[in-house]
Amino acid sequence: MSKILEKEIFSKNVVKLVLDAPEIARTRKPGHFVIIKIGKKGERIPLTIASADAKKGNITLVVQKVGVTSGKLCNLEVGDEVTDVVGPLGEATHIEKVGTVLCAGGGVGVAPLLPIVEGFKKAGNRVITILAARSKDLIILEKQMREFSDEVIIMTDDGSYGKKGLVTAGMEEVIQREKVNLSVVIGPAIMMKYAALTTKKYNIETYASLNTIMVDGTGMCGACRVSVGGRTKFVCVDGPEFDAHQVDFDEMLARLGAYKDQELEAYERYLKTAETLS
Amino acid sequence: MENILEYLKEERSQEWRAEIRKSMKAKERTSRERVKMPEEDPNVRNKSNIEVNSGLPIENAILEAQRCLDCPDPTCMTGCPVGINIPKFIKKIETKDFLGAASVLKETNGLPAVCGRVCPQEVQCESTCFYTIKLKKPPVAIGYLERFAADYERESGKMNVPNVADSNKIKVGIVGSGPAGLAAAGDLAKFGYDVTVFEALHEIGGVLKYGIPEFRLPNVIVDVEIDNLKKMGVKFRTNFIVGKTASFDDLKKDGFEAFFVGSGAGLPRFMNIPGENYNGIFSSNEYLTRVNLMNAADPDYDTPVISGKNVAVIGGGNTAMDSVRTAKRLGADRAMIIYRRSEKEMPARVEEIKHAKEEDIEFMNLHNPLEYYADESGRVNRMKIQKMELGEPDASGRRRPVPIEGSEFYVDVDTVVVSVGVSPNPLIPKALADLKVTDWGTIVVDKETMQSSIPELFAGGDIVRGGATVILAMGDGRKAAAGMHKYIQEKIKAN
Ligand SMILES: Cc1cc2nc3c(=O)[nH]c(=O)nc-3n(C[C@H](O)[C@H](O)[C@H](O)COP(=O)(O)OP(=O)(O)OC[C@H]3O[C@@H](n4cnc5c(N)ncnc54)[C@H](O)[C@@H]3O)c2cc1C
Ligand SMILES: Cc1cc2nc3c(=O)[nH]c(=O)nc-3n(C[C@H](O)[C@H](O)[C@H](O)COP(=O)(O)OP(=O)(O)OC[C@H]3O[C@@H](n4cnc5c(N)ncnc54)[C@H](O)[C@@H]3O)c2cc1C
Ligand code: SF4
Ligand code: FES
Repeated sequence: MSKILEKEIFSKNVVKLVLDAPEIARTRKPGHFVIIKIGKKGERIPLTIASADAKKGNITLVVQKVGVTSGKLCNLEVGDEVTDVVGPLGEATHIEKVGTVLCAGGGVGVAPLLPIVEGFKKAGNRVITILAARSKDLIILEKQMREFSDEVIIMTDDGSYGKKGLVTAGMEEVIQREKVNLSVVIGPAIMMKYAALTTKKYNIETYASLNTIMVDGTGMCGACRVSVGGRTKFVCVDGPEFDAHQVDFDEMLARLGAYKDQELEAYERYLKTAETLS
Repeated sequence: MENILEYLKEERSQEWRAEIRKSMKAKERTSRERVKMPEEDPNVRNKSNIEVNSGLPIENAILEAQRCLDCPDPTCMTGCPVGINIPKFIKKIETKDFLGAASVLKETNGLPAVCGRVCPQEVQCESTCFYTIKLKKPPVAIGYLERFAADYERESGKMNVPNVADSNKIKVGIVGSGPAGLAAAGDLAKFGYDVTVFEALHEIGGVLKYGIPEFRLPNVIVDVEIDNLKKMGVKFRTNFIVGKTASFDDLKKDGFEAFFVGSGAGLPRFMNIPGENYNGIFSSNEYLTRVNLMNAADPDYDTPVISGKNVAVIGGGNTAMDSVRTAKRLGADRAMIIYRRSEKEMPARVEEIKHAKEEDIEFMNLHNPLEYYADESGRVNRMKIQKMELGEPDASGRRRPVPIEGSEFYVDVDTVVVSVGVSPNPLIPKALADLKVTDWGTIVVDKETMQSSIPELFAGGDIVRGGATVILAMGDGRKAAAGMHKYIQEKIKAN
C-alpha cells in the first residue's frame, strides 16, 4: 500500500502523483521504474520513477491516461492508496557528461523521458528536446521539459502547434545544425524505429528506452522480451534502455499490439462505468 | 542414522502399534486392492477450475491404511526426501486418530496438504514401498493418505499451530515465499526468531500460487498454511525485492542477522528458434502467471490473456501439463503437448499425464518444433514440427532424441506455450558480487548446513538445485533453518 501524497494535473490526460514509498525512494536511480497495481483485481503496469525524495521517502510518477489501469491511477486522489507498488526495477540510465544530447519523445514515451532529460541536464550536458504528437492538444509536459532543456522543439503532424512534420524532421534539423553526441528516444515503437534510422545515418550513438508490455517486471515471465542485435532480451531486467540501432522495432511493434482488442474493449467498458459513477 | 533406526524401532514397538498390527492378518492386508482416488468427470472438469482429485472418503482412507504392513524396515521412508514417519502416520489413520496422523506428518513436513497433492510419489516413497519392490503390487497410496490426514485436520477447524519458543528478538530475513522460504520461516519461528519473509510479487506462495493451477492445488490450501505461519509470528512483506527495494547491507543495518534465500528458478527458457517472439507465443511462466496469479481468465480482472483455439505446449514436465490443461480450460478445441522424447522420459508426475489424457489433451511425443509463422499482424498461425526418434542415452541417462530427416510437417496453431525449463533467478547473485555461484547460476552451498560462501547467507530450493520439487525445496528450507540457528547461536557464544 502506498498513499498518494500529492497530485498535480498537467493536462487533460497527464497527471503527476507523489507516492509514499520510503524504501524505493532510498534506492532508486534515474531510469528505474516501478510496477503498480490497483485493487485486488487490477493488472500490473510499469511506470518510470520521474523523481524521488529519499529524505521524505516519496517517489513521483508522471502518468498518461491511455487505458484502464493508467486511467484508474489518474483518477485517484490525494489520500487514496495504490494497492501495490514494487521497485525500483530495471537497470539505471547511463547518465554522464557527453556534450550535446538530443532527446526525442512522443506519445506514451514523453512521461518516461522527463527524468532522463532532467538527468542529462543536471550532469552538465546541452539538452535539446523534441516533443512530437499528432496535433497540439496531444503535446504534453512541455513546461516541465523546458525547465531542463536548453531548447524544446515541438513537432506536430498537422502543424497545429510548433513545426509541421514528424519527429525525424526535427531531429534532422538539429543534427544538420550542430554536433550531437548522444540521442535518447522514447515513444511508440514506430517512432523509435524511424528516429533510430535517422541517427544511424549520422552515426550518432542512440538509446531507446523500451516500453513493452510487462507482467511481473522481475524477469520471471518473458512478456517484455525484445530482440536486440538478434538476441532475445528481457526489457524489465536487461533494460529498459538499449542501443536503438540494434533493436528489432518491427517485432516490438507487433508485440505491443498483442492485446489491443481486449485492451480497447476493457477501456470502453471502464469509461462507461466511470461515466455512470460520476 | 543409528539413532533414527533406534527411534523408529522404539516407536514401532509401542503398544498401540503392535495391537493394530495384530488386528489383521498380513495376508488379508496384502490381498486388498489399492483404493482409487475419486475424480471429477474429465469432460466437466476440463471446462472449470474445480480440483480434479476430490480426496478419499474416510472409509476408503481407513481401508487403504489397513493395506500398510507397518514394516519393521519401512523402505518407503528412504524414498521420502524429508523422512516422514510414514508407517506411524498411516497406522494413526488406521486407528481413526486422524488429527494424530496429521501431527505425525507435521513433525517433518510443514505443508502436507500441498505435498500430498503435488509430490511425485511414484518416484519417491511409493517407489520404495514393500508392495512395489517385493510384492510387485501397486504400492500403498501414501500420497492420498497424506493428503487425507492434512485435509481432515484443516477441515476439522482444529488445525494445531506449532509451539514456538520464547522470542529471542533476533531478526532473520527470508528471501522468497515459495515452499523453501515458507519451510525455513516456520522452523526459525519455532526456534524463537523474529522472522520476516520478503516476497517480490504481490502474493505469497511462490510457484504454489503463480505456477501450479487451482485445479491441482487450490489456493485456499496454501493460504491456510500461510495464516498458520502468521499465527506463529512470521511477518510477510510483499512487493519487496531484496537486492532492489533494499540491499542486504540495508537490511543488515536494520538489524537482520542472517538470511535464507529461496528465490527460486524464475527465469523462463526459450528455444531460440525462428519466430519465437511472435504474439501468441508465451513462456509457461507468463501463461500460468496471467491465469493463476492475475486471474486473467475472469473478465472482472483487468489482466488479459489470449485464449486460443489451437494451442501447442512445448515440453513434457509438470509445467507443460499445467499449461496445456489450462489452455483446455480456457476453451481450446485442440490442446497439444509437443515433446521431443517419448512418454517414458516425461518428467511430469504420472498422475498428471493420465489426467491430461482423460481431459482430451493430444500428445505429440517424439516431436520437436523448428519454426513458427505468423499472420500479417504478427500473431502466430502455424508451426513447423519435426519427428524424432530415440538414440543413445545422454548425460541425464535418458535416451537422446534424434531428428528424423525429411519428417517435417506443419500444424495450425494460434497459441504456443514454451515450457522447456527455467534458469535460476539471477536477482540475488547479481546483487552480491561475493556470492559463489555455479556456471548455471545456482548458489553454491554446504550440503548439510545450506550455508553459502557468505557466512550469514543460507540458500535452498530451486535457486540451489536449479529446478526440483516442492518437497526438496521444503527439505532445504528446514535444513537451512537448522544451519542458521547453529550459526547464530555460535556467533552469540563467540561474542
Ligand atoms: C519501463 C516502462 C516505463 C514506463 N513509464 C511510463 C511513465 O512514466 N508514464 C506513463 O504514462 N507510462 C509509462 N509507461 C507505459 C505504461 O506502462 C503503459 O501506458 C500502461 O501499461 C498502459 O496500461 P493501461 O492499462 O492504462 O492501458 P492498456 O489498456 O494496457 O493499453 C491502452 C493502449 O495503450 C497501448 N499501450 C499499452 N501499453 C503500452 C506501452 N507500454 N507502450 C506503448 N503503448 C502501450 C495499448 O496498445 C493500447 O492501445 C512505461 C512503460 C514501461 C515498459
Ligand atoms: C507450473 C509448475 C508446476 C510444478 N508442479 C510441481 C509438482 O507437481 N510437484 C512438485 O514437487 N514440484 C512442482 N513444481 C516445482 C516446484 O514448484 C518448485 O521446485 C518449487 O516451488 C521451488 O520452491 P522454491 O521455494 O525454491 O521457489 P519458488 O516457489 O519459485 O519461490 C521463489 C519465490 O521467491 C520470490 N523471489 C525471487 N527473488 C526474490 C527477491 N530478490 N526478493 C524477494 N522475493 C524474491 C519469487 O517471486 C517467488 O515467489 C512445479 C513448478 C511449476 C512452475
Ligand atoms: S513400505 Fe509400504 S507397506 Fe511398508 S511401512 Fe512403508 S507404506 Fe507401509
Ligand atoms: S515483465 Fe516478466 S520478464 Fe519482464
